[in-house]
This record gives sequence, C-alpha cells and structure tokens, in this order.
Amino acid sequence: MNDVTIGVLALQGDVREHTAALEAVGARTLAVRRASELDAVDGLVIPGGESTAMWKLAVAFDMFDPIRKRLADGMPAYGSCAGMIMLADHVLDAAEGQLTFGGISITVRRNAFGRQVDSFEGPISFTGIDGELHGVFIRAPWVESVDEGADGVEVLARVSGGPATGRIVAVRQGNLLATSFHPELTGDHRVHGVFADLVRAAR
Amino acid sequence: MSSNPTESAQAPQLGTARVKRGMAEMLKGGVIMDVVTPEQAKIAEDAGAVAVMALERVPADIRKDGGVARMSDPDMIDGIVGAVSIPVMAKARIGHFVEAQVLQSLGVDYIDESEVLTPADETHHIDKWAFTVPFVCGATNLGEALRRIAEGAAMIRSKGEAGTGNVVEATRHMRQIRAEIRKLGTLDESELYLAAKNLQAPYEIVAEVARTGKLPVVLFTAGGLATPADAAMMMQLGAEGVFVGSGIFKSGDPAKRAAAIVKATTFHDDPDVIAKVSRGLGEAMVGINCDTLPESERYANRGW
Repeated sequence: MNDVTIGVLALQGDVREHTAALEAVGARTLAVRRASELDAVDGLVIPGGESTAMWKLAVAFDMFDPIRKRLADGMPAYGSCAGMIMLADHVLDAAEGQLTFGGISITVRRNAFGRQVDSFEGPISFTGIDGELHGVFIRAPWVESVDEGADGVEVLARVSGGPATGRIVAVRQGNLLATSFHPELTGDHRVHGVFADLVRAAR
Repeated sequence: MSSNPTESAQAPQLGTARVKRGMAEMLKGGVIMDVVTPEQAKIAEDAGAVAVMALERVPADIRKDGGVARMSDPDMIDGIVGAVSIPVMAKARIGHFVEAQVLQSLGVDYIDESEVLTPADETHHIDKWAFTVPFVCGATNLGEALRRIAEGAAMIRSKGEAGTGNVVEATRHMRQIRAEIRKLGTLDESELYLAAKNLQAPYEIVAEVARTGKLPVVLFTAGGLATPADAAMMMQLGAEGVFVGSGIFKSGDPAKRAAAIVKATTFHDDPDVIAKVSRGLGEAMVGINCDTLPESERYANRGW
C-alpha cells in the first residue's frame, strides 16, 4: 500500500496533522515548499491555514504557476478549509487581489460561518463514507455555489444542523477534493483514505 | 466534551477545546503582527501575516509612555476588524475578565491575556474555560505554560520582553520550555507526581506532556523579535510560529520587513532564503538591552 508519495503544501498551516493522517492511511509524505519537491509527489494536500498567507508565499517562492500547471495536468489534490479556498475557481469575501490555484468549478465564501466565536464542531454525512464524520469548522468557508455549466462537480457533504443547514461543505471534481472542515484534527482518517485511493487510482 | 455521544451528535457545538486549539493550529508557520491602525493592518495582511494583534500602542510606546496600559478602545478594534479578512486578536489585562467579555462581544478571534498591559489581578488569571473565544497566554517556563492551559488557554507563547527589540528573553523561555518538556520525557511514570508538584501544574496535563513530548496546545514565540533571522531562530528553537510586535512598525520600512519576516518564518531552516530576505530592509528598531531594564519594567515578571 505504501506506493504513492503525497505532498503537503508546507508554506503555512496545519501541515503536521495532514502529514500524520496521510501516513496513517499508508502514503509516503513530503513537505512541499519548492518546485523540485512538487515534482516528486503524486498528489498534493493543501492544509488548513490562512489562504492569503499561502497565496503570498506561493507567489513569492515561485510555486504558484507550477502548482497551477500540475493541477491542470491532472495531479490529484485535496484541500481542507484554506485548502478548499485555494482549489476554488472563485472566492467571495476575498482579500484585495487574492488569487487561488483554482481547479474546482465552485465559488466559495471565506469565513462564511462567521468569526472564531462561531467556529463549531458537529456530525457530517459524507457521500462514500459510511456512518458520520465529525466536522470541525474553524472560521470555515462554504461552497456558495457550483459554477454554472460546471462539469462533474459532486457535492459530498452539506451542513445538517444549525443556522447554516444545507450549505455545501465538501465537493469533488475529477481528481480534486475539498472540505470546509478539518478531518485532520479528529483522528478519523477516512477522508484522507478516500484521497489516498484517488491518488493511487490516478497514478 | 463528548461524554454523551447521542447528545453531541445533535446541534453544532461552539467554543469547544478542539475549535479553540484548532484555530491556533491553523496559524502555525505564520506571523502575527501588532498593528495600531487599519492601514497597518492592511500592510500586515498584504505582507502575508496570518493574523493581526489590534492595540492602541505597540509595546515600545507603552514602555515609553508609562502609566496604566489597558484594553484598546472598541472603536479602534472595530476599525481593524473591518479592514482585514484575516483573524484579529486583541489584548486584555491579566485577570481582567470583563475586558475579555468585551473583546468577545466585539467578535475578536483570539484574546491575548497579556503581561504587556498592566495586570488587573495579582493572584488570578482569567478563567478562560468560561469563554467561547479562545485565549493565548504568555509563559516563561513549562510550569507557567501548563497552569495557563489548565485555566483554559488554547495557545501558549513565550513571554520575551515586548517592546525591547531584544530576543534574549524569548530565547531563554523557548529553551527553558523545550528543555523541561524533554526532561519530563525521561521520567518514570511514578516520578511524574513529584514533577507535577514541582511544576505547580495539574498531574493530568504533566502526564500528557511526558507522553507526547509536546504541549497540548500550539507554542508560538513572542517578545523582542525584530529581524527575519530572529524569527527563523525562534522557529529553529521549536516555536510553531511567531508574534512580532514593535519590531515591524517601529522599523524603517514596515511593509518590506513584514514580508521578509513572513518568508523567513516559512523557510526558517534555509539560510540562503533568510540572507536574501534580510537585504536592504532599512533600519531595524533601535532596541533596549534587557540587562539595563529595572525589575519593575520587566513584563515577564507579570503573571504567576
């Protein structure tokens, strides 16, 4: 099973937690901060963190275009929270001029649930995973809409309780997977397992 | 937290230890910058800061002005909250739980129960479990860090002398905390009871640190950082991220220095990058030698 190498974009964020989750599902991992490291991975996780900081650092260290190119070439990627923002084609409530890697034909809203006092955890049903996941949402984005005419965007999870009921919080399009919440903080590695299988199938 | 699983499977839960500590996990590898105006907050965000600390005066000016330093004016905090999309932190006085209540009602994302402000209680820190908003607290050693965590702190930072531009105290705290954690890891289980007594911290948290080899919350460095190399050194000493206070906006070219410190924090183990970003930053803040600071002006002595 230890057959693929999955990178974790290590510019900023909860890199360690994603790395541990990927290793728990049998993947080799590599912290990715340079283009040469990006070349060595079969798939990429974009962690939770601050999307504005990741954008600035990716541009400053010449990672932005190489990542876009790998994504366009079909490299599988999974983003949680800030990672979902980085994989979205469009962003609402963005910082001025904020760019994303893009790839998933969705519009996400940053900090959609509110400020940190509105951060929460609760159960989530996730298509393809039996039983419930425990969703941890921290200043989380949600998917405002799937872009018109988008091809093959699959909604995997929606909020099931509280004021945001029905909001889309997990999607997949082709080899790209994104969640508003942080499975890497829960010790439940099933979402990482889904992603590792996706990377194995794509190789 | 989930003593009753059927109940926890219902409505979303706010303000749990996991979402408080998790928020700090998301700041890792990043730089949190002190700002006193919305314009400075924008500069910080543009430079790649992961959060800003909103306050009326940076620590260097608090030192210069003297007097009692308190929570900032809500209007001033609102102005900064409205100016940026990244998290906003603000400081409450040690033990001043009403300042903390006010900050929570303003919607700040993290409260720093800070020795930079004048303490409001000489015995008790704020009961941080009583809040939905998470807290970061300073610590000079492991016992102090664990006492703050027992009170509900969701993030710990070193307690270097703020406003001095001198990292020597932050270095001491980082080395101290890390050394004490390593030492706990060498103890027999039966020795942890005495260790807890000596650390003046709850046994359960002491045992957890001994088992895991790390604090149960994120550890940042704060106090006296002024250069990209300062930030990188703290990261190499085991910090998971850095606070920079007076060091940015008391320097010659804040925007450039802020961006340089962000880059040096991410590439803290790459001297070529640190050398490159350290070029042409203009004047650093002047700074104060900590050994000439009178005891009464040492902020690290505040808190217990």
